[in-house]
Amino acid sequence: MSADTAMMREPSVQRPTAPGIKRFLRRFASNKLAITATVLLGVLITTSLAAPLLAPYPPEAIDVVNRLAGPSPEHWLGTDSLGRDTLSRLMHGGRVSLAAAAFAVSIAITFGVPLGLIAGYLGSWVDWIMGRGADVLMTFPAVILAIAIIAATGPGLVNAMAALGVVYAPRLFRVVRGATLAVREETYVEASVSIGTPAYSIVTRRVLPNILSPLLVQISLMLAAALLAEAALSLLGLGVVPPTPSWGNLLGRGFTEIRTTPLLVWFPGIAIALATLCFNLIGDGLRDSLGRETRKGD
Amino acid sequence: MSQQIVSSQPLVEVKDLSVTFSKKRLFKPTRVVRAVNGVSFEIAQGETLGLVGESGSGKSTIGRALLKLVPMESGSVRFDNTELTTISRAEMRRMRRRMQMVFQDPYSSLDPSATVAASISEPFRVHEGLSAKQAWSRVQELLEVVGLRPSHANRYPYEFSGGQRQRVAIARALALTPHLIVCDEAVSALDVSTQNQVINLLEDLRDEFDLSYLFIAHDLAIVRHIAHRVAVMYLGHIVESGPAERTYQRPAHPYTQALLSAIPIPNPERSNRAGRILLRGDLPDPANPPSGCPFQTRCPYAMDVCREVMPAMTAVDGGGQVACHLQTAGPELNGRSLMDADVEVVR
Amino acid sequence: MRIDDLRIDFATEHGWADVVNGVSFEIGGNEIVGLVGESGSGKTVTGLSVLGLVPSPPGRRSGGHIWFRDTDLTAMSPHRLRGIRGNEVSMIFQEPMTSLNPAFTIGDQIAETYRRHRGVSRKSGMHRAAEMLDMVGIPNATARVRDYPHELSGGMRQRAMIAMALCCDPQLLIADEPTTALDVTVQAQILDLLVSLRDELGMGVIFITHDLGVVAEVCDRVVVMYAGEVVETSPARDLFSRPRHPYTEGLLSAMPQLGSRSGRLASIAGRTPEPWAMPTGCRFGPRCPYSEHECTTGPIPLRSTGVDRQARCVRTDELDLRGAQ
Repeated sequence: MSADTAMMREPSVQRPTAPGIKRFLRRFASNKLAITATVLLGVLITTSLAAPLLAPYPPEAIDVVNRLAGPSPEHWLGTDSLGRDTLSRLMHGGRVSLAAAAFAVSIAITFGVPLGLIAGYLGSWVDWIMGRGADVLMTFPAVILAIAIIAATGPGLVNAMAALGVVYAPRLFRVVRGATLAVREETYVEASVSIGTPAYSIVTRRVLPNILSPLLVQISLMLAAALLAEAALSLLGLGVVPPTPSWGNLLGRGFTEIRTTPLLVWFPGIAIALATLCFNLIGDGLRDSLGRETRKGD
Repeated sequence: MSQQIVSSQPLVEVKDLSVTFSKKRLFKPTRVVRAVNGVSFEIAQGETLGLVGESGSGKSTIGRALLKLVPMESGSVRFDNTELTTISRAEMRRMRRRMQMVFQDPYSSLDPSATVAASISEPFRVHEGLSAKQAWSRVQELLEVVGLRPSHANRYPYEFSGGQRQRVAIARALALTPHLIVCDEAVSALDVSTQNQVINLLEDLRDEFDLSYLFIAHDLAIVRHIAHRVAVMYLGHIVESGPAERTYQRPAHPYTQALLSAIPIPNPERSNRAGRILLRGDLPDPANPPSGCPFQTRCPYAMDVCREVMPAMTAVDGGGQVACHLQTAGPELNGRSLMDADVEVVR
Repeated sequence: MRIDDLRIDFATEHGWADVVNGVSFEIGGNEIVGLVGESGSGKTVTGLSVLGLVPSPPGRRSGGHIWFRDTDLTAMSPHRLRGIRGNEVSMIFQEPMTSLNPAFTIGDQIAETYRRHRGVSRKSGMHRAAEMLDMVGIPNATARVRDYPHELSGGMRQRAMIAMALCCDPQLLIADEPTTALDVTVQAQILDLLVSLRDELGMGVIFITHDLGVVAEVCDRVVVMYAGEVVETSPARDLFSRPRHPYTEGLLSAMPQLGSRSGRLASIAGRTPEPWAMPTGCRFGPRCPYSEHECTTGPIPLRSTGVDRQARCVRTDELDLRGAQ
């Protein structure tokens, strides 16, 4: 305390720093599992993004001599039935799969978050109508609805993921609305109202930062689910149109050769499982480290 | 001393204010609670009105209704000659800079995700369009006014003790130099020593900025210290009001008497346990208030008339008013002598 | 019961912090001992430790014994401690809702406690519940046993919790701020009830509170705690008329007076030290108006200052401290 008193006067133009973020980072960093997952996911994402630079072969390059080959110095993870390099296709496929998942989730965020904030903050009939709308959308199983939309519009990853985003939106809406309802009752929101702060400003500056923790957790879990859904759709041939690779259709094609070359199923499977696991672990880590600071005193 | 300012024009004038809350219930009739029932009072510029009562008396609701944080059912609230019940939202938003509130729980009244500077500069941003940067120097000034260090501006609420947080909340309330601050149990959550520091601060600020306070509290000793006048609430009604001096020395309403005698005195030599008026039972259900006088179910002096007719406000010797039939329709003309004689009137 | 040199540490971000540091006091039967202090003084943790209820982690007992008659509660197995808890020693809390189960009627909960310790039939358990509710002044007790906790008012809930705590005729009751959440008129009722039950049942009571008014009202002896240490123990009357520790004096003078409205309210300068940053020497030293060099040199022992009185202050004999007004 006394050392603190000594440096009482600090330069007064100094801008506020954000020890809250520092504290979050410190807590997150102490969670070894979450850190491992973050690093691993970082590696997955960078190798996927940088696939054109890093991949040893173009994804469609055919090596007729080495078809269905096992791992070798030329083809680290082997090749498929057309002699395409599995590693290269996996890296390029990661771009598609991860981008697709991110696309679906960002659509869900675009609709779910603002509507959830509005419904939760305004309450009454606005909340009621939006809530029923969300209920209706929630009754559709995500993948089935996506299949239905694809049936109407023809196969294509963009359509499929947009459909998925729409189906996911109500889940985010629920989470955001619930958290907003709780925050709205907090005294600091009432204090802002008593100051005369407009509702828009209260929602963006008071409510949103305080519901960030459940929101981020939900988003990371949703990314995992979207990744799996992409895999499922592409596996069924409803997502990415070949020859463009994605983890899902790599898995699907792998099944056709499962008797002769089971490795073709293993590698995309591992990639999907790993990425999903990472998202889930990061979600858990976020939940633990974003938790409210407990009160001081006894 | 207790009556420094009696200006002709009160700053706040509340007449017949009623607030009801209704709660819809499945398969049951809607529960309607009249939290505040026909309450009238005034606060002069620079004056502190203490609003005391137990939980469920409606005292916090009055403070919130004054700032239009809860909808009023009926009645009139005039602030500096402006009728608040009828003005538009935009006008009300402008009025808000002149009336502020300090809440009970300093742990929840500050946004945990915002720095102290961000919290204190919110009024500047909203009412003067200043950015956090532009408001910076004023935030620093305010922190000094409330006895915190300017370097505290960068910190988050969790880094402060309860008393310090309450100082931050006071700084935020002071930001736009309001005329009225509603203090809703502003010191109840604090340790006694810290509580006294905050009370002293509030008194200093009152003198410095000529502030009026509506000081809502359940702790009568604290109210005794800070308030010029006191209003005692029971079940949504003001049952007695008057200068603090008179109300504490010679309480006129049986409820005020019971309330005062229930306070433990921190000195065994002067213990008041022997002469204590122990009230029977509990506060009635506010959704289903008793007929007649709201206090009749627990009043040691209740008479037949109390069960039927709501007593009107009558003047009390020494200033103030009281709503009690003993004042007007007691078995003796002078209600006070009856109570002083300690006669069991009923039962 | 006797608490002997109790030490409890809590794990914090700054390492182990001693929240309770060498607390010793005794309590006899038929006696109400007030355990007084501000938040953070360690009074609640001391109370919890008697029944082994200190959450661990983050807490741990790093020393000391708690003697209940001839047994050491700290050496007891959790299983045997459960047999004592609610039976010979029981506890009531500030917020009754946290210790009553909302899913069961209060009658069920009292009967359950009684049956667990006495092994009687369900019927006589319920009979006991009604008897206890009647004893704590809940009107129409035979019908109220079927009420759920949320159907009772705050004061009635506190009565129900007292009934539950007393159903096995404990020899010691630990009351942790039992009236803090209540209104003054209800508090008066509950204090009255506690005192008369003590007279009736002859149990010892540890009354944990921050309110000296309540202490003056009900306590026979007082233990004042500050920053994890006992700073003064004294019979209640003497404590109020002549405190022997500057912290007690500070607390007494900070109590707002009902009678008069005199100038500024007194307060103790500064704030309680954080448990991981305790000052060397007297822990109250930095806030003490009488602090001298000798106060900062090392730990201050509790010293006797009269019949049944102790104070942790090196200058206690030379100081003439002001009591309650």
